[in-house]
Amino acid sequence: MAPNQLSTMELQSKVPAGPLPEKWSRHKFALKLVNPANKRKYDVIVVGTGLAGASAAASLAELGYNLKAFCFQDSPRRAHSIAAQGGINAAKNYQNDGDSVFRLFYDTIKGGDYRAREGNVHRLAEVSVSIIDQCVAQGVPFAREYGGLLANRSFGGAQVSRTFYARGQTGQQLLLGAYSALSRQVANGKVKLYPRTEMLDLVMEGGKARGIITRNLVTGKIESHSGHAVLLCTGGYGNVFYLSTNAMGSNVTAAWRAHKHGALMANPCFTQIHPTCIPVKGDYQSKLTLMSESLRNDGRVWVPKSKEDAQKIQKGQMKATDLKEEDRDYFLERRYPSFGNLVPRDVASRNAKYVCDEGRGVSKTGLAVYLDFADAIKRDGQKTIEAKYGNLFEMYEKIVDDNPYETPMMIYPAVHYTMGGLWVDYNLMTTIPGLYALGEANFSDHGANRLGASALMQGLADGYFVIPYTVGDYLATIGPADKVSVDSPAFKQAEKRVSDQVQRLLSINGTKPVDEFHRALGLIMWDYCGMSRTAEGLKKAKVMIQALKKEFWTNVRVTGDNEEMNQALENAGRVADFIELGELMVDDALNREESCGGHFREEHQTEDGEALRNDDDYAYVAAWEYTGENQPEVLHTEELVFENVKLTQRSYK
Amino acid sequence: MKVNLKVWRQKNNNAAGKLVEYGLDNISPDMSFLEMIDVLNGELTRKGDEPVAFDHDCREGICGMCSMYINGRAHGPQTGATTCQLHMRSFNDGETIIVEPWRARAFPVIKDLMVDRTAFDRIMQSGGYVSVNTGSAPDANEIAISRTIADEAMDAAQCIGCGACVAACKNASAMLFVAAKVSHMAVLPQGQAERSIRAERMVAQMDAEGFGACSFTGACSVECPKSISLDHIARMNREYLGAKLTSENV
Repeated sequence: MAPNQLSTMELQSKVPAGPLPEKWSRHKFALKLVNPANKRKYDVIVVGTGLAGASAAASLAELGYNLKAFCFQDSPRRAHSIAAQGGINAAKNYQNDGDSVFRLFYDTIKGGDYRAREGNVHRLAEVSVSIIDQCVAQGVPFAREYGGLLANRSFGGAQVSRTFYARGQTGQQLLLGAYSALSRQVANGKVKLYPRTEMLDLVMEGGKARGIITRNLVTGKIESHSGHAVLLCTGGYGNVFYLSTNAMGSNVTAAWRAHKHGALMANPCFTQIHPTCIPVKGDYQSKLTLMSESLRNDGRVWVPKSKEDAQKIQKGQMKATDLKEEDRDYFLERRYPSFGNLVPRDVASRNAKYVCDEGRGVSKTGLAVYLDFADAIKRDGQKTIEAKYGNLFEMYEKIVDDNPYETPMMIYPAVHYTMGGLWVDYNLMTTIPGLYALGEANFSDHGANRLGASALMQGLADGYFVIPYTVGDYLATIGPADKVSVDSPAFKQAEKRVSDQVQRLLSINGTKPVDEFHRALGLIMWDYCGMSRTAEGLKKAKVMIQALKKEFWTNVRVTGDNEEMNQALENAGRVADFIELGELMVDDALNREESCGGHFREEHQTEDGEALRNDDDYAYVAAWEYTGENQPEVLHTEELVFENVKLTQRSYK
Repeated sequence: MKVNLKVWRQKNNNAAGKLVEYGLDNISPDMSFLEMIDVLNGELTRKGDEPVAFDHDCREGICGMCSMYINGRAHGPQTGATTCQLHMRSFNDGETIIVEPWRARAFPVIKDLMVDRTAFDRIMQSGGYVSVNTGSAPDANEIAISRTIADEAMDAAQCIGCGACVAACKNASAMLFVAAKVSHMAVLPQGQAERSIRAERMVAQMDAEGFGACSFTGACSVECPKSISLDHIARMNREYLGAKLTSENV
């Protein structure tokens, strides 16, 4: 156990006892049920309408609860789950290639570098099979074989083919499926939708979550919503890095404000840097675009062997295709002969960074590596490659203005997903009774690194198949009368807090637009809390973030008023929260004196530069408690117990 | 490069709007169109003026949020792309670029380039789903669906709901949007039980929202960022007619 641990609160994971494969079934039986006639007496608030939020709201409404669903976009269908390309895993074993629930569980635990709970991950693998059934029944047009049965592909280094997909638009089709289920419940009158509405505070009374305060983004109206339970399905916080593959609006505000009321934030430093993104071009850049991981199935990653050749390429004096085979370094194949280009995301990203740090990167910036399809085209023909990746190649050409059939693609890692998030127990409840976190917003299933095609699986598992059981237990326990009116002081005070913050942001009247602060924060995070971290760098980052926070609150310029559509104002609130979260991420990264998954501390590596875990001292979840403005957060730990897998050093050699 | 912008500015739905001119220097041809608007907004903010309001989110062509009418075309001069996928290299140095919101009675302007597209959500609520409760689905491989049918469904299902079809249509018709959903579900076995009622209800809701009639000019399909085919409109017309002949609903 770490010496600086200050645990005063016992974190109860509530993972039931018993053999792993029976835990979820036993737990479901032990959970209380709400009588069908009583369900209509309960109101549930769902914030966010991505895969987790839309599936939860639809499923709970089908059961008979009254739902309110909120999203900041103009329609629930636009949540960022829509952008997921590659696919969704399920342990169907349709391919007869040795897959099973246990294998999916094992791969996920191992892929997460043994920093996730066994019980949660096994449940995820178990319900994965029902997700595919549900989505097909909704009319999701998954890819099929000529015989009419579902097609699968191997994805993200998995050694079995368990990934279901709909061209390169799997997230879109799954989300539209969940959105259609949600729309049906809106029509039934069981869900009331609040698009263009942002949650700005959580309302607490008697130690429980009682509702939320929102701002109508069109009119600026601050409103109260009361419910028996609040579900945060608000996604991840990758935009703390400013440049990421997240949508521009993706933010941490709902989760962060819940954190300030006592919901612990777990493993915030666990962020995933995805290896195959289109590299940064200039300082005007607003977002990074992911190229699906599936490209690594056929593309070979390389850089020039010599710095001199790399420099010529950077200056435009030489082209990739000019370089002879023996002058190229296929560094992933060289270092990891058994997995080659299919090593997990964290390993691929880190190695791309190393070769660029050595000065062997390509493109004008020197921050890119090649992903080359020449061999695959020679082997399978351009037609086959086009059938597999046509839409991705087209997308690349649109952005970069370069034809990847003729010259190798250039890629570089980018922030993609956050494994950390609000701490939840086995029921997905945070440390605040009545407040739940689902999907990417919670920390629970991916440990220190998420495997490809697992995010969609987790979002839908939480929403379709976990929360409908677990929230019922809480509601049955508290009873329908245990609800607080929006006219109560708790709501009125929370409304005032929100209005005051809005007024404060509008009245600073400084000189810098919000975006400039966001960019500055992003650079600090990327440089010191990105792909590779050191104690020294993290300490420096902490000082820089504190200074940035001070400057933000004295020099930000937010034009316009509250009582109108005001995108600068929306953004200002989100960036203010990102700055605070950034500091906590740095604290968390400093505390974790080991390297695991996406968290790589340079002080902790093996002789040949691989991540070196410290299972004796850090096989725990780090959950942080907010203690007040500018106060240090307090660390609580939840010991991770492994009864079914043996902790090994991940090896992809 | 330099550009001369004429941007539609409108404080809110009740206010009158007008085109306002802005000049920008030092625009990189590699910038996306929305990044160019970001630069404009940065300059406006520093001067204390209000930035231009516009919808955008994923910036990779899939969420359907961005919606600009550029030089008289929905999503600008490129075909098969959204506004966020448009880059400044598609324009000439010194070019004048006119930027307007989607124009349709069923899409009222909220502010500047931002419109209200909740009519699309209401159309989906009227029938754009298969009624299947969570947990009641049979095994996914129970029904075989031929690859051709699955591909056809996917072609329709990839609609991103941006509304470019409406903006491009001289009648502001939403036929391509509605047809994409009706067609997606009509070809799949899962959609059969509600096939008739879906077509009837979605068309009725489309009419109630104030979208115009279809005169089959094909502008919608040309401007659709996902190039959704007019064939789906033809299919919806058949679906609708068939439903009307046999149904007592609506």
